[in-house]
Parts: sequence; structure tokens; C-alpha cells
Amino acid sequence: MKLLSYFRGEAFQRGVHPPGFKHTADMPIRRLPFAPRLVVPLSQHIGRPSRPIVRVGEEVVRGQPIAEADGWLSVPQHAPASGVVEAIELRPSARGPWTESIVIRVYEASTQEVLWGAPQDMDAFPPQEILLAVQRTGMVGQGGAAFPSHAKLALPAGASVETLVVNGCECEPYLTCDHRLMVEHSSDLMVGIRYAMHATGAKRAIIGVEDNKPEAAAVLRRALPLAGDILVEMVPTKYPQGSEKMLITALFGVEIPSGKLPLALGMVVHNVGTLAALGRLLPSGQGLIERVVTVAGPGVARPGNYRVPIGTPLSFVLAQTGAQDSGAGQARQVILGGPMMGQSVASLDVPVTKGVSGVLVFRGEDMTANEGRKTYPCIKCGECVESCPMGLNPSMLGMLAARREYDLMGEQYHLGDCFECGSCTWICPSNIPLVQQFRIAKQILREKAVA
Amino acid sequence: MRTSVEIRSAPHIKRPRSVEQIMRNVVLSLLPVCTFFVYQYGISAAALILVVTGACLLSERLFVRLGGQAGDLSDYSATITGVLLGLTLPPGFPLWMGLVAGFAAIALGKALFGGIGFNVFNPALVGRAFVQAAFPAAIATYTPSFLPGRFMEFIPSSLAWPLMAPADNTAWLKGMPLDAWTGATPLAKWKFEGTLTAVGDLLTSLSGHLAVGPSPALILLCGAYLALRRFMDWRIPTAVLGSAGLTAWLIYAIGGAKYPDPFFTLFSGGLILGAVYMATDMATSPVTPRGMWLYGILIGVLTVMIRYYGGLPEGVMYAILIANATTPLIEQITQPTPFGKGASLRAGRAASYTLHPDYISREEAAAKTSKKRFFKNKPKKP
Repeated sequence: MKLLSYFRGEAFQRGVHPPGFKHTADMPIRRLPFAPRLVVPLSQHIGRPSRPIVRVGEEVVRGQPIAEADGWLSVPQHAPASGVVEAIELRPSARGPWTESIVIRVYEASTQEVLWGAPQDMDAFPPQEILLAVQRTGMVGQGGAAFPSHAKLALPAGASVETLVVNGCECEPYLTCDHRLMVEHSSDLMVGIRYAMHATGAKRAIIGVEDNKPEAAAVLRRALPLAGDILVEMVPTKYPQGSEKMLITALFGVEIPSGKLPLALGMVVHNVGTLAALGRLLPSGQGLIERVVTVAGPGVARPGNYRVPIGTPLSFVLAQTGAQDSGAGQARQVILGGPMMGQSVASLDVPVTKGVSGVLVFRGEDMTANEGRKTYPCIKCGECVESCPMGLNPSMLGMLAARREYDLMGEQYHLGDCFECGSCTWICPSNIPLVQQFRIAKQILREKAVA
Repeated sequence: MRTSVEIRSAPHIKRPRSVEQIMRNVVLSLLPVCTFFVYQYGISAAALILVVTGACLLSERLFVRLGGQAGDLSDYSATITGVLLGLTLPPGFPLWMGLVAGFAAIALGKALFGGIGFNVFNPALVGRAFVQAAFPAAIATYTPSFLPGRFMEFIPSSLAWPLMAPADNTAWLKGMPLDAWTGATPLAKWKFEGTLTAVGDLLTSLSGHLAVGPSPALILLCGAYLALRRFMDWRIPTAVLGSAGLTAWLIYAIGGAKYPDPFFTLFSGGLILGAVYMATDMATSPVTPRGMWLYGILIGVLTVMIRYYGGLPEGVMYAILIANATTPLIEQITQPTPFGKGASLRAGRAASYTLHPDYISREEAAAKTSKKRFFKNKPKKP
């Protein structure tokens, strides 16, 4: 209903309104205890895996670098707790394949103070130095993409940035970690924004917050610097507003041309979690050793926003938050990230990594409603067409995918533009696994392109 | 902690609305219309709707079993076909012919193409077109509404023996205490006799002994319910009625008294029922928003053209069937424009900020912020 959207002032076209489930929005961030063993994968980011610089049996203190960046598109890793390196071996990861990881046995008696890192005067740093300092923190995009932050802050030759867009939308249901960060760490966020503006040369920064978080926006407005070059903007709540393309459309009313980056319009987009963490870590010269994770879902007894050391195994997180491991309320599905785009894990040995924003636990009975649903042929109701934020025709794409017409999907129906937000699949009354088919189609097209 | 977990592919949540729910709501919204139809024509109408719906359900069951097609009786789609088909037939239509109509609707209109979702033509209209060709006399015989004793006895033609010609109702109607009865529908009266029925009478279907279907006002109301709850797309009825009204008005304005006024055209015959319930059939209408407009306009214009310049008094059925056939073509030419591939750098109305900051102070920023928000988009309480 475009007409209603017009009256409601919805900013980007189409999209969906899944229920929020943000029950943990008012719960302050609490610290999770240290697990007996922490598993730090060397590849938690997009890019080349880090190179370990510790040996098995070596003692490490909390915050000490234990792996260094391998090239520009890579980040170092830091010890999330004081202990001893027990092994450097293959461990299961969320994506499936086992990856090289550093296993640290945590000293139980340790005070776990961060003893590493020297304060640095960031204001004196030129932009290039800031990028290197950001890389030294091991920071990656906290919104879920886990792209090295320094690489995103770096401008290609000839490009210039006028606006830093700070993404505080958090459009995924259940997740509230960014919300709590904005409420509790607004001053850190302002410091981080200042560094990012300095590094990119942006003249202004705009923090986009969905209007289901009015108190976060109010706190941020109070924390704004007097210079007036940082602004807070409320955007109407709608999924997938957290996608940078959608947020930019919501704020500026323009569409990023297909296949281009926000840089084409003189913008860079960073997540509030990333910038808040940078604002805290950069002045003290420390590394990223923990992050805020929303643990929620019907399967946990004590949902909340937890500050979790990187490398904490999911089984420990679940045990601490009261998920049942047997009996009636047994956890049957564990999702890293949000329920719309998150990844369900195959093993609870998988650790929390730098890009994990949420851990959602569902029981068997929560899934029976979906499992019992029949899949019908497409009845061509057109709901998917009206929900696709990228303006594609998922109905047609789905029918082509069922016939394996992958080339046609790519050439005529713009499959490459799909960013797998899942809106079409969420809304489909026929229960057709649309986005799942698109993933397969995209993978096959990628393989064909390589071959 | 030793727990066996399962892997699924995102998204992990689903909107609860399902095909069954959509179809069930369409059936529910049709109930008031059916009740009114029965109130108008008595037990004959009730029996006709029941027989036709029963025939549709039985045929659906048969073909789903035989053909291994998706779908089930529980998805209510065959129920919709049956009820709609029953509403389009004259109330005194022989029941055995109704049986044939119901079977033809599902067999030729739906099962032949592969069942739910695959049909090209609206099954109810396929059924009606079939019996219109097979029994032209019976389908043109309309009985007046609000006959005395309509809840006590059947219209004689209803109870014709299978494969037998129905009894002539004329003699039976002569015995009725009617001051002025006419056997023709308002459209036929205009077409062949040149007399117009008052628009107000058409809209409510309540006065006199008009030979008309259920009240267009009631159908519009039920349609509004569906559109507001988004079980139906509002664009198609709007396009059908808008284009039909506009075309009729243009012809009326140019051609003058030879043609009926546009409101008569809108509210007579099956145009409202067709626009609200037939044209909006999801499987046979385009999925693209622009395509829906085009499809609706095609139906509206064709209906008026057939009524005014064709041999038949009514044209809604053929207009919708023709538009159904053009749906794939319409979809092809009205594919949505992907994000970032259209006129992308045109600033939209929602823009709060200019693209390039020619200001840095907050006062200035506030001055540039323009919003057209009438209602705040309040987040729903979970």
C-alpha cells in the first residue's frame, strides 16, 4: 500500500514490518563470566586470516596481541583473557568449516585486568595514522558483516567523503545490543565518530536511529557536541533499514546506483557498535577483546545484553543464560545474529566472534508452527514484490529458480542485486523458501563466472 | 552442555499469514453477500450456491487425488470458486446445470492448468462461460427478487431433472401477486428495451422486484474489509471501476442520451462483483503493482465496450477472461525497477538532508529538514 506508506512518511520503498520482539531493550549491559577455555579463531573477518604470534604453552595477559594482521585486508587478534595458550588447532566455526584457532585456558585466579596498551593522543594523529591505529585494535564491522573497519574508513585515491552515516537502526527483531550501546555508551560513540570523521575527512555525521528506540535518540541528542556537525535522525521503523543502502535512502532520499558503494555519493556508513568500541579502545591503545551480544529468544531463561569475551563458546553462553539442554524446553536451534539474516549453528562449540551481534535460542515448540506449514505453489499474491527493498520480482525469480533457469534470473531479473534480507520469504503466504533458492542460484552463477 | 541443534537457513521467523488464512477470509467476506442473495431469492439461491460449491469441492478433491496436485480442500480456494460461481448464476438456474458449472470450473479452469496457483483464467468465470455456451436460455432467465413465499418453495426451473430442459417459470410467475414484474435484468432492459433503472435501486438491490444480483453497496463494503486487511489488492478494483466509470462518462458526454449514465453502468450487472472478487483473483492477475493498474484498466474499458457495442448486455465476464489471458504479457512489460537502476539520484520526498552539506550548524540543518509526515509511524507493541 504505497498510499499508506506515503501518509506514514516511510522513507525507503517497500520493506516489511516483522514483530520487534525487543524484550531486552531495557536490560542494562551485564558482563558474562569468563569461560574456562576461550577459542579465538584467526579468521573472524572478511579478508586474510591473522598470523599467530604466540606459541603453545605461552602465557598471555588480557589484551595482549596474539596474532598479527596478514596484509592490509586483515586484522590482529588480542587475548580476551589472561591465561595460557593451550593449542593452536582447527576448531568448528559458525560458517561450517573448521578454522585455525588459538585456544586459551583462562587462569581462574587472575584479576583479568587489561594490562596491555598505552594511551595515545589520537587528536594529534593524521588520517593515515588513525587508520593504522584502528587496524591495531583489530576492529571489524560490529553489525554482522565483520569487514575490517580500517579498510572501510580508508578512501580510494580521488574519492572524498562529506558525510559519515552512523547506522543505529538495528532493524533485526530481538537484537538490542546497539540500542543499549547508544543508551549507555553515547560518549564513547561521540569520540568514535570524531575519529572516524577525522580519518575520512567527513564534514558532518548523521546518526540514523529507528523510531522504535526514542530513548536512545534522546540520550544521543543530549550527548551531541556543541559544534553541531553531528546530528541524530529518527527514521521510521522498517526492515531492512539497517542495510546501508536503505538507510541512505531514508536519510537523503536518493538511491545508491546499482553496483556502487555509498562512497559514490560521498558517504561512508559505520555501525554504532563499531564506532562506540573504537571510541573506547583508540585513546587507550587497546584491542578488541569483548563485545556486547544480545542473548534472547524463547529458549533462554535469562535473556539480556551481555558483554561477552571474544572466543566464548556458545555452550558456555547458553549455560550461563539458562538455556535447557534436555527435557521439554530443550534448545533446538541456535542462531548467531538476527532471526531474519542470522546463521544457525551446527555445533555449540562455535565461539562468539567479533561480528556476532546476537545469540538467539529457540526451543522445539517454537518451531513446530513453522515446521507444520505446508508449502503451496506461488499463488501470485504479489506480497513479495511489494516487500522487496531492492525492487526485484521474487515471485518470478522463485518460479525461475524452481525451473533452474539461473542464467535468466541473473540477466533479466537482476538476481545480483538481491542482498538476501529475507523479506520475501518472511512474507510469503505460500511458505516458499525464496531467499534460500536465491542463495543457491547466486552461488551457481558465481561458480559459472569463475569457471 | 550437550545439545543437538538443528540447522536452518535464514529467515528463521515467518509471518503467520498463510494461503489458507487469505482464502478463509475471502470466504468469510463473501458470507454477507451470500446471505443477502438468499434473502433476495430464497431457498433456490441457497440451494444453488450449496450445489455449485459442493460440485467444486468434489471436483477439486477428485483432481487433487488423481493429478497429485498441490492444494487441498482445506485451502478454501475451491470454496471461493464455488461461492463466486453460484453468485454469478441466475437464482432459478437448474441445479443439475449448477453441478455441471462447478465441475467445469474446477476441471477446465483449474485442474487442467495444474491446480492452485497455476490457473491462467479465473476458474469461476471459466465455469460460467462454459454453462453460458452450453445452456444459453437457462442462464438468461432471471427471476424477480423478493417473491412472496421464496423461503417456502423452489423456483420451478431450479428442480429440473438432470439432462432435461427446465420448466418455464412464466406460468408460475403469473400466479404471483406482482404488480409489475419484469423478467429481464436491468442491463438487458436497457440494451433491448431502452429503459433505465434508478441508480439508487441498483446500489441497494432492495426495492421492487428487480432481477439483480446481491447489492453492489454490500459487495463494496466486503471488498473494503478485504482491502483494508490486505487480503486483496486495492489497486485492481480501483482501476477497474475507475476506468469503467471514466470510459462510460466519456461516451455519455460525447454520445449523449443514447448511452446510460456512468453510474448505471457501474452499478448494474456484475461489474462490482467482478471488480471486487473476480478480477482480484491472485493467481490470474499480475503481481507487479504497475501491472495491476494496467490489468484493471483493461477490464474496465473492455467491459464498457462489450456492453455498449457488443451483442450481449453483459461484458464483465469476457473482459476479465481476456485480461486474464494478457496477464503474463502485462507482467513482462511492467517489471518493477530495481533499486538504484531507475532515476536514482532524484531526491525523494522523504529526504531529510541534502546530499552535499552546504551547512554545518544544527540551526541550519533544522531549517533544511522538511518532513511530510502526517501520522507518526508508531512501532507496534510486541
